[in-house]
Amino acid sequence: MITTTKPYSDPYLAGIGLGLVLLAAFVWVGRGLGASGAFSSVVEAVSTRSATPLGDWLVLELLGVAAGGYLSARRAGRTGVVLERGPRVFGSGRILAAVSGGVLMGVGAKFARGCTSGQALSGGALLSAGSWIFIAACFATGYLVAPVARRLWR
Amino acid sequence: MTAPFTETGALGATGELMAAPVIGIAFGWCLERAGLGCAPKLAGQFYLTDLTVFKVMFSALLTAMLGAFWLDRIGVLNLSLVSLPETFVLPQTLGGVLFGSGFLVAGLCPGTSCVAAASGRVDGLGVLAGMLGGVVLFNAASGVFPGVRHFYESTALGSVTFAEMLGLSPGMGILLVTAAALGGFALAGRIEKAHI
Repeated sequence: MITTTKPYSDPYLAGIGLGLVLLAAFVWVGRGLGASGAFSSVVEAVSTRSATPLGDWLVLELLGVAAGGYLSARRAGRTGVVLERGPRVFGSGRILAAVSGGVLMGVGAKFARGCTSGQALSGGALLSAGSWIFIAACFATGYLVAPVARRLWR
Repeated sequence: MTAPFTETGALGATGELMAAPVIGIAFGWCLERAGLGCAPKLAGQFYLTDLTVFKVMFSALLTAMLGAFWLDRIGVLNLSLVSLPETFVLPQTLGGVLFGSGFLVAGLCPGTSCVAAASGRVDGLGVLAGMLGGVVLFNAASGVFPGVRHFYESTALGSVTFAEMLGLSPGMGILLVTAAALGGFALAGRIEKAHI
């Protein structure tokens, strides 16, 4: 299969763009970006059968994230059904890792009241003490677990 | 007209809801452009072979932090009306530990897993499912064990910045983060050079 995919943008340029999006959120709605909160809202709406989660700000924002990601990937020729994995992990192993990693992040984001978007990025930019505690704990643990889980990625 | 627009009454509830998909699309676009829908690329951060996560995250953090600070200084944005996440020392430490290990194992975080899933990455869908399962698990555990709920609410410090905690001015806090990020960028360049 021959596909022409565009190279990724410069990380610093993409980062500045992302920072301007976050700044726009501060200016427009007085809040930062988020992701894990939307998962909480969906679970909440389904379990209480009260309202549709579509009225929730974070759910609408995260649907936008998926749309924006899709549009960008399509424009760059990067869409397609693929299982991204390390060189030594195959189908079901990678799926298992993805789901278990998701469970750990789901529980972790509940305790932390946010994830890499809401806490690390948005709270971090506002200098929130708890956000910086989260950043330190998250990345330190990532580096500690990396050698143990080497088989997943190297 | 001072910002934040929805907090100062310049825009109502509709304006707030309209912002959600617009901001979300731009957010998802930036993540995908940088390559953050691709799990092995993100995992490279923890093996020091690809420092895109650090570069994107901290250049974004710096841009928004400095932008918000100066817009507040010139009177365009009232920063005290921007919601500052509350601090809960121990729960957020444990949360960070769990989240960091999950991040490494999954290779994606909640936001980037949406980008991955939307561009067709099956592992992204797996992470989305896991995240929902994790939230259900947490809710069930805090319903059954009062200790979980108790711990979740413990060591609450309210909305506080690390600068306030250390007795520093906001400007000094900004300066510290800026210096640390710029030092990190220089270090990231060296690490990547050493790997080539």
